[in-house]
Amino acid sequence: MTGPQLHESAGFDRSTIEYIQRAAASGLYEIRGLGAKRRVPNFDDLLFLAASLSRYPLEGYRERCATKTLLGTRYATRPIELAIPITVAGMSFGALSARVKEALGRAASEVGTSTTTGDGGMTEEERASSKTLVYQCLPSRYGFNPDDVRRADAIEIVIGQGAKPGGGGMLLGQKVNPRVARMRTLPEGVDQRSASRHPDWTGPDDLVIKIKELREITDWEKPIYVKVGATRVFNDVKLAVHAGADVIVVDGMQGGTAATQTVFIEHVGIPTLAALRQAVDALDDLNMRGTVQLVISGGIRSGADVAKALAMGADAVAIGQGVLVALGCNSETYVAGGEHVSARDDYARLGTAAGFCHHCHTGKCPVGVTTQDAALELRLDPAVGALRLRNYLKTVNMELTTIARACGKQDVHHLEKEDLVALTVEAAAMAGVPLAGTSWIPGR
Amino acid sequence: MANLRPLVIAREFDLARDTLRELNSFLHRRAAVEGVSQIHVKNPDGAHSIACGLNADLDVQIHGHVGYYVAGMNQHASVTVHGNAGPGAAENMMSGRVHVTGFASTAAGASAHGGLLVIDGDASLRCGISLKGADIVVGGGVGSFSAFMAQAGRIVICGDAEDALGDSLYEAVIYVRGKVRSLGADARFEAMTDTDRAAVKSLLAAAGFDHDPAQFQRVASAKSLYHWHADADQEY
Repeated sequence: MTGPQLHESAGFDRSTIEYIQRAAASGLYEIRGLGAKRRVPNFDDLLFLAASLSRYPLEGYRERCATKTLLGTRYATRPIELAIPITVAGMSFGALSARVKEALGRAASEVGTSTTTGDGGMTEEERASSKTLVYQCLPSRYGFNPDDVRRADAIEIVIGQGAKPGGGGMLLGQKVNPRVARMRTLPEGVDQRSASRHPDWTGPDDLVIKIKELREITDWEKPIYVKVGATRVFNDVKLAVHAGADVIVVDGMQGGTAATQTVFIEHVGIPTLAALRQAVDALDDLNMRGTVQLVISGGIRSGADVAKALAMGADAVAIGQGVLVALGCNSETYVAGGEHVSARDDYARLGTAAGFCHHCHTGKCPVGVTTQDAALELRLDPAVGALRLRNYLKTVNMELTTIARACGKQDVHHLEKEDLVALTVEAAAMAGVPLAGTSWIPGR
Repeated sequence: MANLRPLVIAREFDLARDTLRELNSFLHRRAAVEGVSQIHVKNPDGAHSIACGLNADLDVQIHGHVGYYVAGMNQHASVTVHGNAGPGAAENMMSGRVHVTGFASTAAGASAHGGLLVIDGDASLRCGISLKGADIVVGGGVGSFSAFMAQAGRIVICGDAEDALGDSLYEAVIYVRGKVRSLGADARFEAMTDTDRAAVKSLLAAAGFDHDPAQFQRVASAKSLYHWHADADQEY
């Protein structure tokens, strides 16, 4: 006896059926954290052509390979100098606890890189711990004030975010505790909406003037970054250059968020790989490579990803989700009193498990990373978090230099597109590099 | 001795001759150090970002029309524009006073946290957008979407308001004397209390107007947009 043959529909698979039934039952779209879960062409689809007869490699462990990175050299009298081209992406106090922000700053300072504030303003913990701090100017302007503008090391005007280009932010009420509410000038417990447009300017011509205002306020000292979510990247980067940006940050669709509609996360924006190539093309078109620096973000995880991003033309990367994972996001355990404590039951109460969790929006993070809950946030000891993140950033940087040396580069910024090939036709077309084993670049 | 008035040391900048950078650099770094408390700016000719980022008790008198972001992010200073102002006048002001004797363009007082913005004439679209605690008094009317997503603070409108007044308001309160073409999402008229009338009286006096507070209506948030109901069980 055999049972009936079960045949799952491709169009209406179990996950689609679950989505429709959930929508029918609740009348609400799903909101969640982190980034796109669908597979899109990404840096895994590229490979390096290391040195052989036609290239001469550097000794992998001993020969010097520079990683120093300068950002903001176009107009600012005090550009940013980083020891490594790997920065910590903007993540808000509100989405993250003050303890986590402190951990980010401590780790970044130890390895010589920058952190970025995020929506909701600058915390004392972050400013005190982060040697190089980029202060975001967002549409909401929550907590945005001239004292913090003056004590920041750079200003980043956020036009959009890879997880939700064109959409504003949100922070659900359970994370709006008294301190978050005070910093954002909001009542406690409200579901906070961040506007999708800046309040005092409305287009690229206005952006020129806005950037000049910020330069005047800071006496032309601080670099001005402009961050865009990856959509019409070629045009957006050109407009940002024309507007006077020192640094352009492009955030691909794999970029994370603390809370956004799933439909946004999975269906809006373009992959980081495609966005990066368009951004570099735009800078090349304007002959601005090296004058305006490019930071790419959105799903960067490893030294290989960083090396590929630099080879494609980025000056630096920004990492958000990888940083959170390094702190313990989606880990089975958290560290308390030097011991690992299981968080399995807490994941289960959220209806999830370590490795699958995207419940940042609930504020009930089982490992104390994306929470404002007084008890849960204690699960992340800033010292432990800083140590783990320092280790992660060091590892990523070591991987980066290992690849660079293998490609014969004495400086990671010497990695070039010619060092890359693609595994798939799609990645070859998006990245603008040849399909492996061929000289064919689709569309060229 | 007690009757002696503090000495006012004045300095004049002529933007037909001096650069904006020279002016703002002086205001940021040298005015307070040199004891200059009053600065006159001639021939602004619509320049942007005049007197932005001030952080001292200065009296800046601008004689003519200005462009974008006059007195942006102001702290402590008093800035008077004897003319019209472009977009974003006193944007993100923290404290002090900004007075526009003519009209103000879009987004006047946007995201301002504190201080008082007075506009003798009309204010255009999105006046007081994302307001975070400052007070704004407009002698004339305001354009559409004024007080959009305003979080805290008070806006007194002596004239009329165009469409969508107070759309998506949080805790800011609007007092309007004239007609309101339409209210925005979640905004509603509420009864004026003695506290409201006292507030309007005080703000009008501070701005130099003498209307009867009884002529004003109060607009505030109905607070129905405060929650997405993401945790609500709406199954049916």
